[in-house]
Order: sequence, then structure tokens, then C-alpha cells
Amino acid sequence: MTTITIPEGMPQFDDVPRFDVAAVRADFPILDREVNGHPLVYLDSANTSHKPRQVLDVLTEHYARHNANVSRSVHTLGTEATEAYEGARAKIAAFVNAPSADEVVFTKNSTEAINIVAYAFSNASLRPDADERFRLGPGDEIVISEMEHHSNIVPWQLLAERTGATLRWFPVTDTGRLDESGLDDLVTERTKIVSLVHMSNILGTVNATARIADRVREVGALLLLDCSQSVPHLPIDVVDLDADFIVFTGHKMCGPTGIGVLWGRGELLAAMPPVLGGGSMIETVTMARSTFAAPPARFEAGTPPIAEAVALGAAVDYLAGIGMRAIQWHEKELTAYALDALATVPGLRIFGPTVPVGRGGTISFALGDIHPHDVGQVLDSLGVQVRVGHHCAKPVCTRFGVPAMTRASFYLYTTTEEIDALVGGLEQARKVFD
Amino acid sequence: MQLDQLYQEIILDHYKHPHGRGLRDADDPADQVAEAHHVNPTCGDEVTVRVATDGEVLHDISYDGMGCSISQASASVLHELLRGRGAGEAFAVHEAFVELMSGRGQVTPDEDVLGDGVAFAGVARYPARVKCALLPWMAFKDAAARAGVGASPEVKA
Repeated sequence: MTTITIPEGMPQFDDVPRFDVAAVRADFPILDREVNGHPLVYLDSANTSHKPRQVLDVLTEHYARHNANVSRSVHTLGTEATEAYEGARAKIAAFVNAPSADEVVFTKNSTEAINIVAYAFSNASLRPDADERFRLGPGDEIVISEMEHHSNIVPWQLLAERTGATLRWFPVTDTGRLDESGLDDLVTERTKIVSLVHMSNILGTVNATARIADRVREVGALLLLDCSQSVPHLPIDVVDLDADFIVFTGHKMCGPTGIGVLWGRGELLAAMPPVLGGGSMIETVTMARSTFAAPPARFEAGTPPIAEAVALGAAVDYLAGIGMRAIQWHEKELTAYALDALATVPGLRIFGPTVPVGRGGTISFALGDIHPHDVGQVLDSLGVQVRVGHHCAKPVCTRFGVPAMTRASFYLYTTTEEIDALVGGLEQARKVFD
Repeated sequence: MQLDQLYQEIILDHYKHPHGRGLRDADDPADQVAEAHHVNPTCGDEVTVRVATDGEVLHDISYDGMGCSISQASASVLHELLRGRGAGEAFAVHEAFVELMSGRGQVTPDEDVLGDGVAFAGVARYPARVKCALLPWMAFKDAAARAGVGASPEVKA
């Protein structure tokens, strides 16, 4: 065995922050359970993550001790609930390095967050006095990519239909990377918004967005990044990303379902017309017309998911306590291990990058001609939980010529033993169907 | 859960060696021919079922599709069971199969009626897979209705 010595003064292997995976696993009650007589092997965190006791406790504690509506009560409970809700907003802002907590809009999920931006465009396009950056019409263009989740395709298709704008997209290369070769032709003075996935939920690709962001600035368009798969797994800094909007969802990052985030530059959110109308989003209301609150309240009509927001704040505390750099590194090691291990399975074809660089811990594959449903069923009988199907990214499946894929995805609690269980299960599937 | 309850030999046999696969023209040019294409939007499985009938007898049921072992084996069994049958008889078999699949594993299938279809009794215990098994059967009912026999299914699989 050869040992390579990294010269002094360079970053050393041991400098990488690490954490105790066994201790982390002990925080997640669900990881103790069995499935079909086998220990649970949960490889579906890109779908939804599990929740640590620290988050579950905060959720219960909120309802048990501090339950009240927010932003409208002078009483003690109302004040406590409001402080907890706004406190969570501040924690989440800090987690993605947002310059101000007022730039964090709570939504139901990423899908709703993208739709808020799309409908703000739509509403602005109907008002001659609206900010020009949000006004769309025939001749204007919206740019997405072939790598998107349906949630970052359909809202833009609908917006294009409503406004007469044209939808265009970046293709995907054979190795599952974003094809930026046509960047200058695709993103032009006609482009009003570019909405791209930061990390693909199906290929695992992490897109390097700097060049695209530069081009977006050059042509005066706006940039939205769908960070649903990246915020849970990588350190994210909205200033560094130079994006105008990012969206992400709580349940994929150890938080509850029903809570997501739209982050937008303060100045842009302030220029956006409201989308949902109702209580809490107004400045004043008369029978004839209304004026609207400043962001983020402008985009949070009605009673928000209060306990969920507070628990998402606890999730962010939990992740930050372990360290996003450490989580990223853990998943990088797992991904390298898994790519090697999967390469030993006869007939297995990986979709997306096959090297653990510029990708996260989400790996989709085909096992010979065996349909992913059947692969998933055999794995389930062994306690191994993977996702099968089109992963709400049908254009990616079409791009690679398959109707469906099998996907294994990792998180901070995933172990190499679980990847071994996956590989063993795939052998079993081959025996049943070959 | 026992995997072999789901993947019975009969199902795997039909999957690996499907009977009557491929869309065909009618032998008798006087036949009514119609087809239906059904998809399962949650998994992307697809099947096209084509029915050729004189209004009394289902002369041919041909199909093509893409999907898991359960949906593809189910199409093969459908072809085998219903081709050449009188329309009334075929719909009785259809009803028995739908009843079996909706029974959550509590329905005892009648082999005289369902033939190889009894092998799907185990599938009924897996709610996530019931739609796979029903996909070709719902497409069949749609295709038959378009060819002028029976009515379109009320429940879309």
C-alpha cells in the first residue's frame, strides 16, 4: 500500500469535519424499527428525510405549551407563538446566509414557493404599473432545464400559457450533467427568468451555477434555484450563489411536512405583487380595495403552519449543530462507496454522474431489464426502502430512454452497511427475475 | 410479507413468456376494432389493449405495453382468459378479477372463472401493486366499450 503524504500547509484529510454517525442514528427513533422482519434500511431520504427526537420534541412542546395564533394576539400565548415562529424564520435565514430574516417567506413546500414566483409574474403581467422585471408577454422567455422536477416545469408551462411567453430549456448530457454549451443562445435579452435545479432529485447532479448566474446578470434576467435537494445536504449561501430566489422544503431536511421556504432578495420580494389574498397579508382593507403588507407577510396569507415552522427551526439547529460541511463530507464518502459497490452488480446501469464529484448522495439506476417496481418490491421484502418510478422527473427518464428508475438516496444517518444491504438485495432481485 | 405470495411462479411465467403480446389487426374485416391506452401516472407504466369483436364474441384481444412484472403478466393472463369468449362471459370474468383485486386479500378466487388469474390473489395484499394488476383490465374495458360492447369502467385504475 502506498501512502501519499499531503504537503504541510495544504488541507489534510483529517481536517475535514466529521461526526459520530452512530450517535446521530440514536437521535432518530424510526431507525430502530423493522420492516418485513428485517432492520429498516432507509435509502429514500431524497423523497423525505426522517426526523430526530429534537425536532419531534419541539413540535409536541409547541402544541403542548405555546399553542396560539401568530401576529394577531396581545396575550401571552400569542406572543410566545409569534416569537417562536419569527425566531424560526431568523434561524432559517442564518442557515442559508440570507442578509435579512424578512427575505424568508414560509410556504407549504418548494412547489408552492415556485408557484408564488410564477403567479407573481402572472399578476404583474396584468398590471401596467407593475415592476418591468416581472412583466411577461409574447416574445419574452422563461428558461428551465431538462433536469427539473415537475414542480419546476409545470408552473412555468402554465405561466407561459397564461402570458404568451416562450418556455425554453437547457438539455442534459449523456453523463447527466447540465449542457451549458448553448448558454449564450439560450439565455438572452429576451429571458426574464431562469429557473434551475441546484441538485437533481433523480440524477444526483449538483449544478455549478456560477457561469449561468453571470450570464443571467449580463442579460438582466432573474435567477431562481430549486434547492430542495441541496439545502438539506450541502452548506448553502445565497449570497455566494448570487441567486435572486431559492426554494426548499422542510421535510427533506429533518423538519416536518407542510413547511417550505421561498427566499428572495428583499428588494425583489418588495416589488412582487401578492399571490394569495387573505388575512395577515394586508396593510389596510376597505370594501372597495386593499393595500398590502411588506414581505414576508405579503406572501403568507392566512394562518401559517406555525408548529411546522418552529420545528423546522429546530431541524436547522440540529443540522447546524452537526455541521453542514461534515454532513456533506459524510455523504460524499457514502456516495463514493456506493458508486464502487453498485459497479460490482452485473447488469447495473447508473443514470447520472458515476464519479463522486459534482454530485450528491442520490443514485438512480436500472438493474438489467427488471422493472424498477419489481426491484423495489424485492428490496422492500428485505427491509430496504428505495424509491422507484419516474421520480416526478419524467423528462429525465425520457432523456435516458427508460420509463422508470430505481433510486437510492442517502443522508446524515446512512451507513455503508446499509449500502451493502442494498447491493445484497439487488442480487436477490436478479435471482427472482433472471 | 412473503415475496413469493406476490411473485407466484404463474406470474413470473407470464411475465417472462407473455401470451399473445403485440397489437394485431382483426382477422375478420367485418369486426369492430378499438383500442385504449392507459397509463399509471404514479409509476409511468403503460398498456394499450385492442379488442376485435363482432359485437357477440371477442375474437381477439391484443396488447402492448411497458411496465412491471405484475402489469405485464396481468395483460398476458387477460389475453389468455378472455380471447374468444362471448362478451357477457368476458365481463363476468372481468368483474371477478376486479373483485379479487379490490379484496385486500380477503376474497377467495374461483379458479374455474379466473384460471391463471387466481395467481394474483397475493397481489391484492399489496395496495401499492393493485393498480399494476388492474391496468390492462381497465384498458380492456375501455377498448371493449369503444368497440361497441359493454360500458366504460367507472373506476379508472
